[in-house]
Amino acid sequence: MRKPILGLAAIALAATMGLAHAQDKKTIGVSIPAADHGWTAGVVYHAERIAKKLMEEHPGLNVVVKTSPDPASQANAVQDLETQGIDALVILPTDPDPLVNAIKEVKSKGKFVALVDRAPSTNDDSVRDLYIAGNNPALGEVAGKYIAKTTPDAEVVVIRGLPIPIDQQRQDGFDKGIAGSNVKVLDRQFGNWNRDDAFKVMQDYLTKYPKIDVVWCQDDDMAVGVLEAIQQAKRTDIQYVVAGAGSKDMVKKVMDGDKMIPVDVLYPPAMVGTAMELTAAQLIDQVPVHGTYILDATLVTKDNAKDFYFPDSPF
Amino acid sequence: MTDTTANPPARSFWRDIDLRAVAPFVALVLLLVLGTFANDNFLTFNNLLNVVTRSAYIAIIAIGATFVICAGGLDLSVGSMVAFVASLAIMFMNSGAVAGPVAMIATAMLVMVLIGIACGLANGLITTVGRIEPFIATLGMMGIYRGLTTWLSQGGAITLRNADVSAAYRPVYFGDLFGIPYPVYFIFVTAAIAAFVLYRTSFGRHVIAVGSNEDVARYSGISVERVRTMTYVIQGLCVAIACLIYIPRLSSTTATTGTMWELQAITAVVVGGTALRGGVGRIWGTICGAFILEIVGNIMLLSNFVSEYLLGAIQGAIIIIAMLVQRSLVRKS
Repeated sequence: MRKPILGLAAIALAATMGLAHAQDKKTIGVSIPAADHGWTAGVVYHAERIAKKLMEEHPGLNVVVKTSPDPASQANAVQDLETQGIDALVILPTDPDPLVNAIKEVKSKGKFVALVDRAPSTNDDSVRDLYIAGNNPALGEVAGKYIAKTTPDAEVVVIRGLPIPIDQQRQDGFDKGIAGSNVKVLDRQFGNWNRDDAFKVMQDYLTKYPKIDVVWCQDDDMAVGVLEAIQQAKRTDIQYVVAGAGSKDMVKKVMDGDKMIPVDVLYPPAMVGTAMELTAAQLIDQVPVHGTYILDATLVTKDNAKDFYFPDSPF
Repeated sequence: MTDTTANPPARSFWRDIDLRAVAPFVALVLLLVLGTFANDNFLTFNNLLNVVTRSAYIAIIAIGATFVICAGGLDLSVGSMVAFVASLAIMFMNSGAVAGPVAMIATAMLVMVLIGIACGLANGLITTVGRIEPFIATLGMMGIYRGLTTWLSQGGAITLRNADVSAAYRPVYFGDLFGIPYPVYFIFVTAAIAAFVLYRTSFGRHVIAVGSNEDVARYSGISVERVRTMTYVIQGLCVAIACLIYIPRLSSTTATTGTMWELQAITAVVVGGTALRGGVGRIWGTICGAFILEIVGNIMLLSNFVSEYLLGAIQGAIIIIAMLVQRSLVRKS
């Protein structure tokens, strides 16, 4: 027991004396997509929040956050970061496959690479040291299980996102979640993860089906349109709406005990912060962090909502 | 230019014009029939009102686009402009600059109209004074308005914070007069004014003249640049009117508000019988075109026989069939 304690003390000492040891100065480069919709706006917010926090905690640590709108400019940004001299790269790729080579380039120079959320086709240790991601199948499964448990005989309408793989994973997860219950899916249509489109789809659902018990729209932005459409139609048969992601507006509704939004399923943009913290732990504390981390799709309820509420975040 | 309300030289000319103008309405009726087969609830008062009400944004924007396209221009920036104007208006209302919800909303509406006109003027001046092709000029402005909105919202949402203002504003979209929601009145009043301007004023005639032959118009003493610029200003004004009824619906904007609306507006204009090359403008056809677009989407959703993956393909096919029906009607005459 003595050795680890001594080691910890030494690390603590080193951390406090970080400024004195100029040669120990470490830099983490963080490359993320530009804020072009709610979720990526959350990523930018949390990346900047954690960067500030890490630099306060570790005076010897420098964290550079760069945002890029598309894969080509992100590849340039990664190159720029590397030229500036970084010890580790945390990257949430705009599109993973076109960026694989840029990431491998950094990795081949012996830098520590943490990959967040979007994985390329070959996602192994030739590309990154650490992989951290949300759980898309679980986002659907947790929602499905909650609906099956709360309202076992519910007739549900589903609003999907866009026809891309993660949307399909969420749908499959949802089907797994409601399997074996009497929950019946009346319809599935695309709402493009857009408020206005979700409003239209919900209006048409209300016209099409005289009785709807539950709406699963898997996304907090779309829930805004869904709630307006229900309110306008003055329909009282809809018991509740299950969305997802963990935006401040929906988490607030859960916290306040809104009957229409009893829960929210987490797919947190703050996961970029998890990757940054782990990377800092590897660089400074030299604890082993290599591996794959899949975050739970936590069910946000009235009891735990305050843990996931960020009033200052744009998302 | 002199007044030219005089009788047309040839009778066939009038017959031709009439059928072209009627064609979109025939397509609309055919769609209504198709819709009744799709779902029993399609031809209900409530469903049709829903569809007409939510087509208001595209319809009103497309009225402006009719002027621009009729004068031989094009505006790709309208979708982003909606997001930009609405975001600024919400931020203005959040600032609490004016006391009292009603006074605040009235001021905000004025602000929207002024910003819309300014945006339109900017588009117009860049294409005319700057002599840049309208496609490229407004594509650039589309990026600028979208980027500014994303920046203002930090990529997230801009939401109306004041609950009193929000509650007072909500009825503008959701409220009704004699059972007809307000946005429907917005469509028809805007269209009536636009039709008057395009068909009954000298400015309207200048717009059509500039669109059909720029050189002839110039030799006739029309200030082509001023007329073109004015059409972009009208477009900006129409975008502002659309924003007036957009904000009360969701009380917020996001970085993705109004994406692809420019293409929907242009489609509505063309489906309505306005020529993309300019020189012909049909306000009521445009309104009909906007209804057609919205009804196609509505029918797809209400029907049970179309896979959700095929929606886009079927929508495209219906629009092309609607255009073919129009063309064949015109040819037969």
